[in-house]
Amino acid sequence: MFRSIGLRNLFLVPFCVWAGIFIFVPVVFIIYYGLTDTAGNFTWDNISMILRREYYSSLRLSVLLALVTTIVCLLLAYPLCLILVERAKSSGAIIILLFVLPLWMNTLLSTMAWQTIFEHDGILNQVLRIFSLPDLTLINTPTAVVIGMIYNYLPYMVLPLYVTLSKIDKSIFEAAKDLGASAWQTFWKVTLPLSLPGAISGITMVFIPALTTFAISALLGGSKLLLIGNVIEQEFTVEYDWHLGSALSSVLMIFIIVYMVLTFAFEQSHQEED
Amino acid sequence: MKREILRLENIVKKFGKLTVLDEILLSIYENEFVTLLGPSGCGKTTLLRIIGGFEQPDAGRVIFNGKDIARVPSNKRPFNTVFQKYSLFNHMTVEENIAFGPEISGKSTDYIRGKISYALKLVNLEGYEKHDVTKLSGGQQQRIAIARAIVNEPKILLLDEPLSALDLKLRRSMRAELVRIKKETGITFIFVTHDQEEALSMSDTVVVMNQGYIQQIGTPENVYNEPENAFVADFIGDSNIIDGVMVHDKLVRILGREYPCVDVGFPPESPVDVQIRPEDITLDEPQEDALNGVVTKVGFWGMSYDIYVSAGGFEWLIQSIHRREVGEEVSLHLDPENIQIMVKPQSEDEAKLVED
Repeated sequence: MFRSIGLRNLFLVPFCVWAGIFIFVPVVFIIYYGLTDTAGNFTWDNISMILRREYYSSLRLSVLLALVTTIVCLLLAYPLCLILVERAKSSGAIIILLFVLPLWMNTLLSTMAWQTIFEHDGILNQVLRIFSLPDLTLINTPTAVVIGMIYNYLPYMVLPLYVTLSKIDKSIFEAAKDLGASAWQTFWKVTLPLSLPGAISGITMVFIPALTTFAISALLGGSKLLLIGNVIEQEFTVEYDWHLGSALSSVLMIFIIVYMVLTFAFEQSHQEED
Repeated sequence: MKREILRLENIVKKFGKLTVLDEILLSIYENEFVTLLGPSGCGKTTLLRIIGGFEQPDAGRVIFNGKDIARVPSNKRPFNTVFQKYSLFNHMTVEENIAFGPEISGKSTDYIRGKISYALKLVNLEGYEKHDVTKLSGGQQQRIAIARAIVNEPKILLLDEPLSALDLKLRRSMRAELVRIKKETGITFIFVTHDQEEALSMSDTVVVMNQGYIQQIGTPENVYNEPENAFVADFIGDSNIIDGVMVHDKLVRILGREYPCVDVGFPPESPVDVQIRPEDITLDEPQEDALNGVVTKVGFWGMSYDIYVSAGGFEWLIQSIHRREVGEEVSLHLDPENIQIMVKPQSEDEAKLVED
């Protein structure tokens, strides 16, 4: 018994070492840089920079675009997954594979493709001109960034939702219908509550990368549309102000931690209800 | 006078090229406990799903109170279903599960509360309102599923092998419960099972099905004692089914011997299937002029012994409370009223049905 527990703990050592060096230490460094000035003295100045208009508005725009992306992904993924789980397992799985295909491609590559579509003389406008329709100015707008994020992050919403929905026994939906519920009532009273865990993981997996992205916004948002991820990137690579960059990262981390605590609390309360 | 509540007229259902139901004709009467009995793949569940509105027939009519409801969706039919896997809403309490139907139909809170306590009392689960359905045992979950269906006061309750997931003892007690619930509520029950014991012990009417056809409709005694064909005889209970020839009325020839029987109306010298129940054969010491044989195998089943006897070129199954030893010589005796004569299938198609 003692030996086997010792052996099991032994297997944990590589993970602990890994987590220590590559997760814990960097976080400590970021917090350290964030809370010190160039001389190494403790200060709140870096953190309080977030209250300056330029940084604050970047953060606000990031949260807004991440929210829009998450909601659109949710609205796209639910009907899709509901239709797919009703189909035969094999054909449903193939279509899921198609939707997950963007994951196989490099984000930068696919985002650059969107860039060529949205450009002033890009594919979209060329097609519009064929039909004598007015040009659309999408490049360097929030819309372009949101579309790019939806394209890249939709798979992260579809996958957990599909898995959760396909695990629900179909006779549950028949039971609801049998008891008089319309399709809409069945969705609200049965499907949604039963698939909520999948929806929450999907929301988490879309919202967090959408909140922190800098590549998609850099390529599709241009230099004027700065999300918090781009600001942080600039502090590190252009301004070389590691202290401010770390401080802004810490603020973003706090946002994510608050979000995680909220979803965790929600899931807990939901489980107790059951 | 029995009042017809549901009539199935020439129901046909195909899945791809496979015909699952072929021209099904069936009348179900008010307050009746009807069981659709048959082996898996016989179409019984599909027929129940057509009645429930979960499948649409390719042809035929489902007449309820004089109207064809074949295209009416299940949420608009005054029927409720108890599903094989209970299909309770795991995210709701017992109370919320039962209230689901009445809430959808917009009943008042007081009405629903009254209905919940009535239904829980009916299924012997008083005081379980706030329980988590996932923490209940299989038997309790099944009772909740019944309560959840009953509160809607369905005109017909459809039960899709509801006892198959329970253990033997629980299954037995649930049979009696179901019959009691049916009596107390006065609801017509349509019950699907592959378990002949279930069918015989609960039903008013048993509908024996095979390969998309109805083989026989009758009371439990009827289908057990007077099976209309070899499939029914073989499927319901154990049977010895032997090729025979009807010599003339009340005399049949099997295995080269002539036996008096009670059946009449077959053409002289016509080939027939002869069914003899294993419990209807008595064993005795070997005698001259009797059908003598040797015991080849003995199995013990708790209540009785299964004794296999090779006699007259046929392997007989006999059930007896007296043990016999393998190798023992015995004689077999049959009473005329225990010999059941059945029409031999006419076509190869029919013969195939019986074999399957």
